[in-house]
Amino acid sequence: MALDKNGIAKRIAKEVQDGYYVNLGIGIPTLVANYVRNDIEVEFQSENGVLGMGPFPFEGEEDADIINAGKQTITTLPGASFFDSAMSFSMIRGQHVHLTILGAMEVAENGDIANWKIPGRMVKGMGGAMDLVASAENIIVAMMHTNKAGESKLLKRCSLPLTGVGCVKKIVTNLAVLEVTESGFKLLERAPGVSVEDIQKATEGTLIVEGAIPEMNL
Amino acid sequence: MINKQVAGVQDAIAGVSDNMTCMFGGFGLSGIPENAIAALVKSGVKGLTCISNNAGVDDFGLGLLLHQHQIKKMVSSYVGENDEFERQMLSGELDVELIPQGTLAERCRAAQAGFPAVYTPAGYGTEVAEGKETREFDGKMYVLEHAFKADFAFVKAWKGDAAGNLIFKGTARNFNPNMCGAAKITVAEVEELVPVGELDPNQIHIPGIFVQRIFQGEKYEKRIEQRTVRKRE
Repeated sequence: MALDKNGIAKRIAKEVQDGYYVNLGIGIPTLVANYVRNDIEVEFQSENGVLGMGPFPFEGEEDADIINAGKQTITTLPGASFFDSAMSFSMIRGQHVHLTILGAMEVAENGDIANWKIPGRMVKGMGGAMDLVASAENIIVAMMHTNKAGESKLLKRCSLPLTGVGCVKKIVTNLAVLEVTESGFKLLERAPGVSVEDIQKATEGTLIVEGAIPEMNL
Repeated sequence: MINKQVAGVQDAIAGVSDNMTCMFGGFGLSGIPENAIAALVKSGVKGLTCISNNAGVDDFGLGLLLHQHQIKKMVSSYVGENDEFERQMLSGELDVELIPQGTLAERCRAAQAGFPAVYTPAGYGTEVAEGKETREFDGKMYVLEHAFKADFAFVKAWKGDAAGNLIFKGTARNFNPNMCGAAKITVAEVEELVPVGELDPNQIHIPGIFVQRIFQGEKYEKRIEQRTVRKRE
């Protein structure tokens, strides 16, 4: 069974360690916060200027002045802080944020990522993604293995305009966990019930399979 | 005390003319200078180049200026959620320069702080870096990004005083402090203009030296873009 979006988020949550400052992108990455273990201390940063993000507010307690980078109303936890955009990106560019989790339209086997523009069709902009991928030491991409047309999103080379070059280290999809290595996508784990052949079929880029590949432990 | 207070929004926008470059604070619709935008719409000024992280929505924020075709060019990092914007961009009516969010902030800050340009790793190897100087430092590649040059910066704060001192609230702070002093004239609008001496100097986010004009906005809608809530247990 391929994972759904929540399953992907659940698997990624296992990568979050005690003492981490984490930036979550829009979409699947936002869901990761729901699955982080309760017995570790983690602070979520949102690039519009908040560290120590909490859950969504209760109805009637929304505050237009307290939002996340997805423009959603949020709350803050004890110990939280607000700051301006330049300071926010000092945290990111200065590598004070430990882990960045973001979505992608395409990832290439050399670690390139594309997620901000489809020429002639969709131009929403990169937001903070280019700063995040150019700076973060630890980047995990959360995405579906294939697009809606069934085409692989793990490619030899990205076809869309790039967001960053050679920056992705790890990818968690609905089918697999993969590491970006010098020789291609190294398969680390399979989603429950998904075969190596299924993953091979859905991967256009070079897939490296060494020995028996374990199922994800969710 | 050097008095920066102006009578109202009309005096605050005095001198804005066609084809100028203006900065606007805000992230999405949070912390935008609502009153200045409304006055600029009424003024009919045209051909503006606007530097702002986002471009508003169809019927609010900078979307209001777009709707009246008063904007010639947008410099932003993210412009989703705005159909009219997309239409004008794809039809070629509107010139759009998309740049990384951190680069946008730092180009403001560089203008504020007197740096002509800064090196950033963001966008290296992408189309954002095309035609720009690049340089290697300690084995990593960086792109040279120039400080903005703007005529006006319109910012919004929570509290302020006639000396131009500003305090922001929550994530409505965002780009506002970085734009103060980053243009020839900085116009700050505040929800509450308090008597000089009332703000604790320890708590001031932006000292008045960066602000040329300040006024209390008549009203604030403070529209929420994505109202997300959780159920009570």
